[in-house]
This record gives sequence, C-alpha cells and structure tokens, in this order.
Amino acid sequence: MRLKAPLTMASMVALATAGFAQAETTLTIATVNNGDMIRMQGLAEDFTSKNPDIKLEWVTLEENVLRQRVTQDIAAKGGQFDVMTIGTYEVPIWGAQNWLVSLNDLPAEWDADDILPAIRGGLTIDGELYAAPFYGESSMVMYRRDLMEAAGLEMPDEPTWADIEKAAAAMNDKENEVYGICLRGKAGWGENMAFLTAMANSFGGRWFDEDWKAQFDSPEWKTTLDTYMNLMNNYGPPGASTNGFNENLSLFQQGKCGMWIDATVAASFVTNPEDSTVADKVGFALAADNGLGKRGNWLWAWSLGIPAGSDATEEAKKFIAWATSKEYTALVAASEGWANVPPGTRTSLYENPEYQKVPFAEMTLRSINSADPNEPTVDPVPYTGVQFVAIPEFAGIATQVGQEFSAALAGQQSVDEALAKAQALTTDEMEAAGY
Amino acid sequence: MARTVTTNRKIINTAAAWTIGLLIFFPILWTILTSFKSEATAIADPPVFLFFDWSLENYRVVLERSDYGRFLLNSVIIAGGSIILGIIVAVPAAWSMAFVPGKYTKDILLWMLSTKMLPAVGVLYPIYLIFIKMGLLDSRIGLTVILMLINLPIIVWMLYTYFREIPGEILEAARMDGATLREEIVYVLTPMAVPGIASTLLLNFILAWNEAFWTLNLTAAKAAPLTAFIASYSSPEGLFYAKLSAASTMAIAPILILGWFSQKQLVRGLTFGAVK
Repeated sequence: MRLKAPLTMASMVALATAGFAQAETTLTIATVNNGDMIRMQGLAEDFTSKNPDIKLEWVTLEENVLRQRVTQDIAAKGGQFDVMTIGTYEVPIWGAQNWLVSLNDLPAEWDADDILPAIRGGLTIDGELYAAPFYGESSMVMYRRDLMEAAGLEMPDEPTWADIEKAAAAMNDKENEVYGICLRGKAGWGENMAFLTAMANSFGGRWFDEDWKAQFDSPEWKTTLDTYMNLMNNYGPPGASTNGFNENLSLFQQGKCGMWIDATVAASFVTNPEDSTVADKVGFALAADNGLGKRGNWLWAWSLGIPAGSDATEEAKKFIAWATSKEYTALVAASEGWANVPPGTRTSLYENPEYQKVPFAEMTLRSINSADPNEPTVDPVPYTGVQFVAIPEFAGIATQVGQEFSAALAGQQSVDEALAKAQALTTDEMEAAGY
Repeated sequence: MARTVTTNRKIINTAAAWTIGLLIFFPILWTILTSFKSEATAIADPPVFLFFDWSLENYRVVLERSDYGRFLLNSVIIAGGSIILGIIVAVPAAWSMAFVPGKYTKDILLWMLSTKMLPAVGVLYPIYLIFIKMGLLDSRIGLTVILMLINLPIIVWMLYTYFREIPGEILEAARMDGATLREEIVYVLTPMAVPGIASTLLLNFILAWNEAFWTLNLTAAKAAPLTAFIASYSSPEGLFYAKLSAASTMAIAPILILGWFSQKQLVRGLTFGAVK
C-alpha cells in the first residue's frame, strides 16, 4: 500500500506532464472569403499534420466586415485573433503604431528575398516586414479577342487611354447588349476610388501635394474624370454607378463587356470555362497610360500579420511561414493545378516554366512590377499607396469622394460639381484631422 | 353588425392576399432556388426560374467547408438562452406595470422603448471594452446577455399588453385566498398568460436568431452563430451567390420551420392589444 500511493502519484504526475507536453495551442485566424483563402483552409491539414500541437480555428468574413472586425480588435486590444488577413492599406498604418509583430525573423528557408520587390516594399516599414504576402494583385485590361478581331483592331500590350477609347468604341454594340467597356462605378474607397485613384496616377493626378493639400481642383483630376465619364457614358453598361467587381465580373462572363479593367485576380475567373461563356476568348494587356511614365494599375496584397496582443506569436509565425512559403505553392499546384496557385508574391513562381504556361501569368507579373507604392504618380507625394493613401483618415474621406463621383456617373451632378465637392470635403476632413 | 361578403369579393380578397404573400416570400423562394443552381446559372441573364439542373453540390461544399452544427448549436443556445433570461426578468416587471402601476409607469415604459431608438453602433465601443475587461468576448454567455438586453423592452411591452387583458380581480381573489406574491405570479398569472408568453417567446426567439450586428461584432471562432456562418460566404471579389444562397437557406431553415408550425401564436402575438 505504501508503495502504491507514491506510484500512483508518480503516474499522475507523468500523465499530467505528458498532457502539458502535448498541450494544444489554438490559433484563431481571421480571413476573407475568396478562392485562394478558402483553398488554404482546405489544405491546412498539411500544416496541422506537421504541427500536431497547433490547432487552427478559422473566422471567415466578408472583406468589409473583416476589416472592421480586425481594426476594432487590434485597436481595443481584444486579443481575439492570432493571425489576421490584412491588406497593403492597413499594414503601413498598423505597423507604424506597433500594432503588428515584426516578421523579420521568419526562418531563412522562407526566403524573404524571393518576395516581389513592389509587394515587399508595401509591407515593410522602417526595415521591418510586418506582414507576409499571401497573394498579390494589380489591375489590368481584360478584353475580348474575338470582338477586337471582328473590328479589325489589335490591343497593344501597353495601351494608352486613346487605344482604350478606340477599342471601346469599336466593340460597343449596345443593341445586342455588348458594351465597349465595363468599369467600377459603385461608391467606396475600395470600389470606384481604387480604380479612379490608380487612373488619376496615369494622368499625373495625386490626392495631396507635399504639404498635404487636396488636389481635386487640379487639371489632372479634371482630365481623369472627363475621360472616365466619356468612356462610361458612351460605351458603358446602363446603371454603371452601382457596378462593383462582382457586377462587372458577371457582365464580362456573360459576354456583355468588350473590355474590363480590374483586378488581376479576375483573370482566373473569366478564363474558367465552368463559369465564363467567353473563357477562350479573353486577352490581357497592361492598364493604360498617358505617356507620363505611370500606368493606371493598382497594387494590393492580401497578407498575413500577427497582432501585437497575440499570446501565440511563435505558433502564428510558424503558420504564416507555411502559408506563404514556396512549399505551399507547390502543394496547391500538385492538388489544384498551377492556374490556382496564389499569384503575385514570389519571383520564383514567375520563373517556374510550368507557371509561365498560365495565360495571364506574364501580364500579372508585369502589372505588379509596374506599380510603385512609394512613388505612385508623376509628381512627388507625401504618402505611400498606389490606389489609396496610407493614412487612417483615407477610407472615410475616399468613400465620401467616391459617392460624389458615383453621383456624377449617375447623372445627378456634373464633373465640375463633383470635383469641387471632393476638394471641399477632403480639405475639411484633413484640416479637422490636423494635417 | 356583420358585413356580408359576396363570393366575388372573397375571390378577389383571396387572390390579393396570395399575391401579396408570394411577393413578400419571393426573395426567400429565390434564395432557396438559387441554392440548387450552379454559380453560372445563378447569375444567368435572363434569370432561370425552375428549369435548370438541380444539384445539391452547393450544400455539399458548404457542409464540407464549415462546421454548420457548431454554428447552429450556438444560435440555439444564444437565442434560446436570451429569451428565457428575458422572460424571467420581464414577467415580474410586466406584472408590476400592469397590476400595480405607479405614477411613472407610462414614462418608464416609454423610456424602455427609447433604448431601441439608439443606433447600436453608438454603444459598440464601450460594450466591446466592457466585454474585454470581463472576458466575455466570443462567449455564449456574453452574447446571451446582450441579446436579452436588446430584446427586453419588446418582451416587457408585449407581456405588459397581454397582462392588461387579464382581469385584476382574479389575482385579487388569489391574494384573498392567501397566495403570496410569488405564488400569485407563478401559479395564477403565468398559467393564464401562457398563450401570450408563448407568442412573446416565439417572436423574440426569431429576433434573437436573426440579430446580426452584435453577433458579428462580439464573436470570433467559438461563439459565432448562424449569422456569422452566412457572412463567411459573402464576398465582394468573387461570384459565389449559389453557395451563399445554400448557406442562407441552411441558416433560415430552422427558424422558417419553427415559424410555419407556430404561425397562429405568432399572429396572435403580433396583433394582441390591437382589438379590444
């Protein structure tokens, strides 16, 4: 009996120790609902089988809801998430606030130097990488090769805005519900303003001068908006002021757009024969320029970051290193094919001969490389960001400006009125914010 | 005097009622139909109504990708818990207001309703901070309490209106027979008010089930109910309408079935007090 008691005690301690040794860490990952992210959830077993002590919990939300949730949580230090899916807009702002954990110490085999320079630059503040890119995107021209051929035209790889108008006019056939061009018109900083800000860059427009003074009263913005209105009013679909990415995707897939300038991620959708009626007729070109050395394409990367309040930082780094590694890319390619690999983050992917066979691979890479978040437009600016300005006030201001431009597209006011209102409200908001 | 209704008028009334009913139900019907389509058919123009290849593929994908059972369980616990807690608080409150009204009873009733006039987002941040301090973020208990508080004014109002229809003399008789206050409420008032309490429970269960603002803002992975399940299928960059419709159909199915079987009580709950 005397021997039994210590033995029992010892075995209990051993069991408890064993329990501690195998204690599970749960990582709560906040993510958006898009094809690449959903694919990652499906393949996560590869990570958990290699790391049996880490359990993954997913919180998948619509992009705008997710942005509000993670901003709220990180600002209030709610500590609900260990890994957050954030974009190139949030990273510079949150990094500067020390809200994110630096990822400079990810393992050497993760190969930080392989990340595309434009993307890496957008996620680095003062030499610290604050988020690892999961997939990167730019914007480009997607057009109907068959309609262009029928019109006797050829789309240059590097078109100008004049080429775009010529092509839109040639393909426009409103009687048969084929519209020359489809562009975003729905109001929002990530909707019409993403497109128009990038477009303005190619005309030499900028949001602010070096003294943070609003620039909507400049001739560059006037030309930008006049060109946009001309395209949309003459060759655009009806009700375009409510069209965002999904609406235009739907129109293009049904063969109702001659051309669509939008996110490079759309390329895999419009060339997918299961969903698109024009899958084998799509050509790609760089976003247009105006001879000023800047193109009207944007730069975005959905990236994985760790909030400073997380109590599982090391495990979170392990997960991020897995999800954004070359090995993960190979895993997706093996199970789903090269066309479904998350694009736009690594140089090695574009050097891969297998990936080079994907029809939109080259144009995606060229689009990403032609965008520079640190020098987005012709003249110098005090901010970073191609289709946004990386300051906390931007989302609110740009959404209001977007509403004015959308109202102009709907015919409720003139371009001059919309620009005057945009100038006034931006000036007011920036003064109130102390700029 | 009863009004005579002609056969023609009856037919017109019935047809009008059905038309309005179908119009109101159409968005739900369209969601259910879309859930059986492919993504390409879901966005087809002109829209396809009934003649398409019906498929359960979207349901298979949704069930494979999400832990529907956990979301459903959270919804049942949070919505159910909030109304039970609400009834426990509201019955004594409504009793006192209906049977022993004071000088300020009417004002208190109005004041209670005024909390429903405040936009929820106005108090999001304070409540979020309180939840962090109390460790209630992403917990079923926290959400149950919040949803109870949100619906409490409606529960008290509904019970108050119903209790006012019960003659006070019956309660007085119980008191004369020596019933204590607790016995009066539990053994006399509550059994008489069962239909009213049932319809209050049902209506507020539906309100709690559908509540999306707080359930999305105060949960993450553990306590997320079906509203978060639907939100996870919405996407501004990708056409996943058929899958979103399948997720929506799965989220509304339990409450739709419950509503169908208890429509009599629901209608009574919504209209009592309207006819005196």
